[in-house]
Amino acid sequence: MARLMKAALLLLALSVAPFIAAAQEPSSIQQVLQEHRDAIEKSSRRTIGPAIDAIAASGLPQAPEVLRRWQEKELWQREADGLFFYAEEAGEDPAGEDLLRLFDLDQVSEVDVVPEDDMAQLKPNSGIRNMIGAALVRFQLSDPDPQVRLSGLDSISRDPEASHLTALRAAIVDEEDTSIRARKERLVRLLEVRFGEDTATRVAAIRSFAGDLGVDVRGALNPLVTTELGAAKVLPEDVAREIRPGKDTLSAEDAYTLLVRADLAPPLIDRAEQKSALEANIDNGMVGGVAIAELDTNAARDQAYANLAQAGIVDAVATESDLDDALAAHVFFERYTLDEPEIISAALDTLRSIDRTVSLNQFFDLVLDALSLGSIYFLAAIGLAITFGVMGVINMAHGEFIMMGAYTGYVVQQFIPDYTLSIIVALPLAFAVTFAAGVAMERLVIRWLYHRPLETLLATFGISIALQQLAKNIFGTQARPLTAPDWLGGALSFNDVVSISYIRIAIFVLALIFLGLFLLVMNRTRLGLEVRAVTQNPRMAASMGINPDRINMLTFGLGSGIAGIAGVAIGLYAKVTSELGADYIVQSFMTVVVGGVGNIWGTLLGAGLIGFLQKSIEWFNPSNTLAAQTYMILFIILFIQFRPKGIIALKGRAAEA
Amino acid sequence: MTDIPLSNKRPRFFLAANPSVLVFLALLGLFTLGVTLLSEGAGTGALSTSFVKTLGKTLCLCLVAIAMDLVWGYCGILSLGHFAFFGIGGYAIGMWLMYARTELIVMESLTSATLPPTSQEVSDAIASQIFGVVGASELPSIWVFAHSLPLQLLAVIIVPGLLALVFGWLAFRSRVTGVYLSILTQAMTLALSLYLFQNDSGLRGNNGLSGLQNLPGLDDMPQSIISVWFFWASALALALGYLLANWVISGKFGNVIRGIRDDEARVRFLGYSVEGYKLFIFTLTAVIAGIAGALYYPQAGIINPAEIAPIASIYLAVWVAIGGRGRLYGAVIGAAFVSLVSSWFTGGQAPDVNLGFYTIKWVDWWTVLLGLSFVLVTLFAPKGIGGLFDLLFHRHLIDRHGADLGPDQGSKREEETGQ
Repeated sequence: MARLMKAALLLLALSVAPFIAAAQEPSSIQQVLQEHRDAIEKSSRRTIGPAIDAIAASGLPQAPEVLRRWQEKELWQREADGLFFYAEEAGEDPAGEDLLRLFDLDQVSEVDVVPEDDMAQLKPNSGIRNMIGAALVRFQLSDPDPQVRLSGLDSISRDPEASHLTALRAAIVDEEDTSIRARKERLVRLLEVRFGEDTATRVAAIRSFAGDLGVDVRGALNPLVTTELGAAKVLPEDVAREIRPGKDTLSAEDAYTLLVRADLAPPLIDRAEQKSALEANIDNGMVGGVAIAELDTNAARDQAYANLAQAGIVDAVATESDLDDALAAHVFFERYTLDEPEIISAALDTLRSIDRTVSLNQFFDLVLDALSLGSIYFLAAIGLAITFGVMGVINMAHGEFIMMGAYTGYVVQQFIPDYTLSIIVALPLAFAVTFAAGVAMERLVIRWLYHRPLETLLATFGISIALQQLAKNIFGTQARPLTAPDWLGGALSFNDVVSISYIRIAIFVLALIFLGLFLLVMNRTRLGLEVRAVTQNPRMAASMGINPDRINMLTFGLGSGIAGIAGVAIGLYAKVTSELGADYIVQSFMTVVVGGVGNIWGTLLGAGLIGFLQKSIEWFNPSNTLAAQTYMILFIILFIQFRPKGIIALKGRAAEA
Repeated sequence: MTDIPLSNKRPRFFLAANPSVLVFLALLGLFTLGVTLLSEGAGTGALSTSFVKTLGKTLCLCLVAIAMDLVWGYCGILSLGHFAFFGIGGYAIGMWLMYARTELIVMESLTSATLPPTSQEVSDAIASQIFGVVGASELPSIWVFAHSLPLQLLAVIIVPGLLALVFGWLAFRSRVTGVYLSILTQAMTLALSLYLFQNDSGLRGNNGLSGLQNLPGLDDMPQSIISVWFFWASALALALGYLLANWVISGKFGNVIRGIRDDEARVRFLGYSVEGYKLFIFTLTAVIAGIAGALYYPQAGIINPAEIAPIASIYLAVWVAIGGRGRLYGAVIGAAFVSLVSSWFTGGQAPDVNLGFYTIKWVDWWTVLLGLSFVLVTLFAPKGIGGLFDLLFHRHLIDRHGADLGPDQGSKREEETGQ
């Protein structure tokens, strides 16, 4: 019991001690420096510690500045009285002596100009500078301004050092901001992975990151499990894995180089060297007893070279023919460079769990990407779903309507500099412009070609190339910017892997709005009713008092107008060029055809299917989007085989309308 | 059974039944003779070599237009993918041209070396010559026949034919018709051109194949002579293609495919294998297109995936429509007229029109004009330029009382069969 009391008292005394120290707070930084003058003058790494600690712990506001300047060798000592000053060069006096301008440490005010000879510069060596740096980090990490603390953390995570660990640990206790505190704790663990005092600490830190998605974690763990290639006659026990040359990642040539480096095989002479060696030893039309004319096979050249080697003219080296035998006689493996099995196995476990989480999240990211691509296709195709799906009119100029919408957005931005306002103006204006263009086209061209779908296709194609060239003539061939407002910039990121840009979210929302709008117009309005009536049976609709001409015109205008709005949205996400629409036209038709003509849900499914398909193929082969598009189109061609009428096929009389 | 009266029998030799073929062949022969006499290589030199090449290329375009007319104007399949077959033909012959020429160059440089080259060295050197631009140094497996002219010539026929056969079988079997088929063929072209645009497609990505105007082993022969040779070959191919197409469309077979164009369901109900007929026409025209491409690209000198882009196939349909589909000479006229006028306008030879406030540069505005005139032709002259011949020879269609013209619903063109 008594011992316990003693221990408690001791503990109390210890915890009070700092407060006592704080009570006798020095009044000026000069005083602190003077107290440790000997140590500072001696400037030895072994003895300087208490001095730096004292400055750091002084609690004076000038302390960090003094440390910083000390570190940068701007601190000078007056030889006469031993006082410390900041100093800067102040030219020369008439006698040609260099002058220094002195500044007081506490007030940072100019006190004197003295000859340089009267002063001694403090020149801390790199070891001391590192210690000062660590002390400075501590200041930064407990700075009252959270921004400074955060930037301190940033600089540590950019360039971590063992010395940071203590400073970080010390800075956690007083941290009040929970998010910064969490970051500090995470950084401590991250530093422990590399600089932890013992294996147990490091292993614990490594295991604590299981499933963590941070790139910095992988950056810290991957160096622990780096491997080096090796070769031997028999497989050693401590290898990471065996590698077969020629397959995997090791080419046969590289494998042989390994053998040569391990002195397991003679150096290889490649065909080019062999050839030049043979050429150098041509003797009377023969090389090594083989006629030159016969040297047009590798076997003959090997023979000639071997003859030369036997004659001692050239070094006996392996030829490429020996390569395979040598490779077969040896094993190749990877071995971890680090010699700490516990840490390696912990790192491997953690990396495995991270990989699992990463692939799960990548899958989510893929789903998001696919959804957003699908919604772009849906936006591009929804106008077609009306003109082609409902009216049965093939409009090859649909893409050009999308382009017109995008250019409308661009033109509006030339007049209204505010991006938010300009988008709000551009959307209805784009609708108006393309609606008018659609109505004009229907009145002038398409009206005459109903029931002649192939000719409609060709006529609208004529309009399409004319419009495209017209846009090129007006706006030039270079891409025009359609800038999104700031609040659409950036991305919503869930973690380091899953993120989606706000523009894509906006396009997704816009696609949903259009779906709702389409359903509303078609199912709940007079116009929708009349459109459906005219689609099913124009004559009957006409005898019911509906004017089919007018309905066709409005329907076509509506489909074109939606294409215009889609153009604004697509323009925000891609560059506005005259080929903008042409890039989407085939995919749009595919979307409608795959989904099933005449059904908006089909179009939605079609867009989703194509979006998912394209993204999944890209996932398997991320470097090659061209191949992804190729395979997607091939898939669609095959898909049409099995469901010629699309995913949702109309049945009954509507199908023949 | 009684003898059929002779007067009711069709003439045995089909040329006699189709006098227009003779007229066409005679005109083509005269044209070829004229161009030869005026060419630099074999005549007075009034026509520059590059113009002879342009004319030769135009003849190839006429040939592919005939194929398009067969499949669209006569069989009612609006294929927007026939330029893909044209391009494949070009690639097939281009592979041999490029390989053989590179082989000659490589052999020349290797024989000057002291040791005779091994076969491995030769193929490595050729591969790095051809594929250096796309960063590859090995011959892709599709070049395995590139050393052999007969095999590549066979590929000119087999590859487009096989592709058309497989694609057509898939499409026709599942009864994809009308605009759906058009879109599907367009997708096929797009897929092919996107595939070829990749650097690892084995056909040099977007660089394409180049230097095709140089025939291997004929370096001493001036281009002026070679251009005339190709012109003759193109003219011969066009003549043969025209004869073949005319032979296909006359007779019972022609009647069936016209019947399919006008009403597929009725022909099927009459017991004909509609799919088989369509597949035959589709494949045959693909082969013709491949041959036309194989003759075209050595004259053009270069082929790249942009040539196969969907737009090219649509232009093919434009030519046939402007020339007048459903008549073979219409396709020839359309292709020749539009492509020559097009190159005249885009070549910068057409004078600019100064409107005072704006100068119309035809290089920029020609496409607009073409697009609009295409709309006008579709609307007001569905018979195209070929329709002018009807006016000339006072051939009038029977009054349809407002029913549609053209190879679609309700069209009847019984007089076109010449019976």
